[in-house]
Amino acid sequence: MTHSRFDTRLGLTITLVVTAFLIGPVLLSVTAGLTKNYFVGLSSGLTLDWVTQVWDLYADTIWRSYGVALATLATTTLIGVPAAWVLTLFPGRLSRLLEELLTLPVAVPGLATALALIVSWGSVGWLRSSVLFIVIGHVLFTLPFMVRAVRAGMQGADLVVLDEAAATLGASRRQRFFDIIVPAARSGIVTGALTVVTLSIGEFNLTWLLHTPLTKTLPVGLADSYASMRLEVASAYTLVFLLMLLPLMVGLQWFAARTTRTGSITLGAST
Amino acid sequence: MTLASSLQALSITLTHCAKTWPDGSRALEPLNLEVRAGETLALLGPSGCGKTTLLRMICGLEKTDAGGTIRFGSDDVTRTAPEARGVGVVFQGYALFPNMNVAQNIGYGLKIRGVDSVTRHRRVTEMLELVELEALAERRIDQLSGGQRQRVALARAIAIEPRVLLLDEPLTALDARLRQQLRVDLSALLKKLGITCVIVTHDQEEAMMLGDRVAVMSAGRLEQLGNPEMLYRQPASNFVADFLGTLCHLRGGPVKHHHGVDSLTFRPHEVQLQAPGHGLAASIRARFYLGSHVRFELVLDDGQPFTALAGPDAPWQPGDSVSITLNQTHAA
Repeated sequence: MTHSRFDTRLGLTITLVVTAFLIGPVLLSVTAGLTKNYFVGLSSGLTLDWVTQVWDLYADTIWRSYGVALATLATTTLIGVPAAWVLTLFPGRLSRLLEELLTLPVAVPGLATALALIVSWGSVGWLRSSVLFIVIGHVLFTLPFMVRAVRAGMQGADLVVLDEAAATLGASRRQRFFDIIVPAARSGIVTGALTVVTLSIGEFNLTWLLHTPLTKTLPVGLADSYASMRLEVASAYTLVFLLMLLPLMVGLQWFAARTTRTGSITLGAST
Repeated sequence: MTLASSLQALSITLTHCAKTWPDGSRALEPLNLEVRAGETLALLGPSGCGKTTLLRMICGLEKTDAGGTIRFGSDDVTRTAPEARGVGVVFQGYALFPNMNVAQNIGYGLKIRGVDSVTRHRRVTEMLELVELEALAERRIDQLSGGQRQRVALARAIAIEPRVLLLDEPLTALDARLRQQLRVDLSALLKKLGITCVIVTHDQEEAMMLGDRVAVMSAGRLEQLGNPEMLYRQPASNFVADFLGTLCHLRGGPVKHHHGVDSLTFRPHEVQLQAPGHGLAASIRARFYLGSHVRFELVLDDGQPFTALAGPDAPWQPGDSVSITLNQTHAA
């Protein structure tokens, strides 16, 4: 099908307008973080002082956010991929009910989930003061996204038949899972991982209630800086947040695109 | 020792095997069936007749209802898991592993059996030669044609030296021309291997070409079991007769008048078309030129429709009047 030049230009214009609408405020904020005095404007000059100040004050929150996101990713992958496989293997009323239950933490406000966690586990002192408590909250919130993405990938690849084929060749359930299912579901797993990491790094609602002064994450630090610092410092914090997030996002997108392009990539299979 | 000479031929014996789904519907009525050692049995029937369910019961992917037993030779495998049954299965869509190349797919069953890499490599090479895909060992699955995939699936199933070989609609996914060629190749390969084989198909020609015997199934029941010629010439029911090719029925006054019987049942190739005045009067409704023959759709004067086949030079056109005679040996 061919498109007229007018259609192409119209499509491009709409895309650019929407992109500008979405990116504009972020760019303004980033500019503010690099401007000596935002209220005077760019004529006051550019500086990296605010970024340096953010790094000095909040570097620990940045590394902690990375750590929490990776721990959340590892946990949701370890739980979510087998869970998605079980739900795919045994579809039925019980599976649907389990999936709905799994989705509940997404529907419930983050603050309510955090409160429930504090009521349940808040009395366990070491856990309450540990960053592990935040990881648990993030896992609760992001697990449904991992399960749904992986399950969609598994259903699309008709993995039940591949599993049966491997069974008739003599493979045990564990061998089938690692040799066939996981590699074939890889694009779904990558999509889920992308979602989990971005949600975890940007998560504020749950984390705001679950954190202690020693377990602040990047978004909590961001809120802290907005509340107590100059606008330029808070904006520089946004810049740091983007610098941290963008390579991760681009890397995961590249990996996802590569996985989709090549089908699934061989994992340890040889003749 | 080559694979063909190392494969054993075991009989498959199903006794009182039935399948009821959780909602109470019956996929398979209680059935007794023996597949003789070394023979190829074709399970033939329309969609939903229970033939694939039966195949899945033989390989262990479905359990038989209580009371049913399945034996491979003298070994009762009724409760044996599919991974321990030693069956080679070619699935309908081939179910090749997309994360492995051709050689890896073929060698997977050997790898998980702990076969050392040298033996594995030798066996994979032998399999590739058997299915004539030596040049494609490193090829990704999504780079193969339908026919090549079918061969890889067959090689993968045979590579593990299965006790029995099960093929679920192995040629359905292919185009007609390729299907015709692969039927011949598959038939030759199965003869060479001498392994006990069950093939599920809804294609009558495929069943008759590949099966030493054909089991015709309908609505979860075994309608008739026998060699292709016997089934074609002596069908036990109208269903079997109809499923193994077009079957025509004519009845009424003109039939009685010309043939002395109340009704006639015959196949299209048993009809001889002649100029009007030599037998039962009919007129041509449609003509289909099919290269090796012409297929005519006809109606008697009283409107009863039937089909006839004639040589490629048959001159009649739609609207022409003809008379028909039948080969009385086969008219029922």
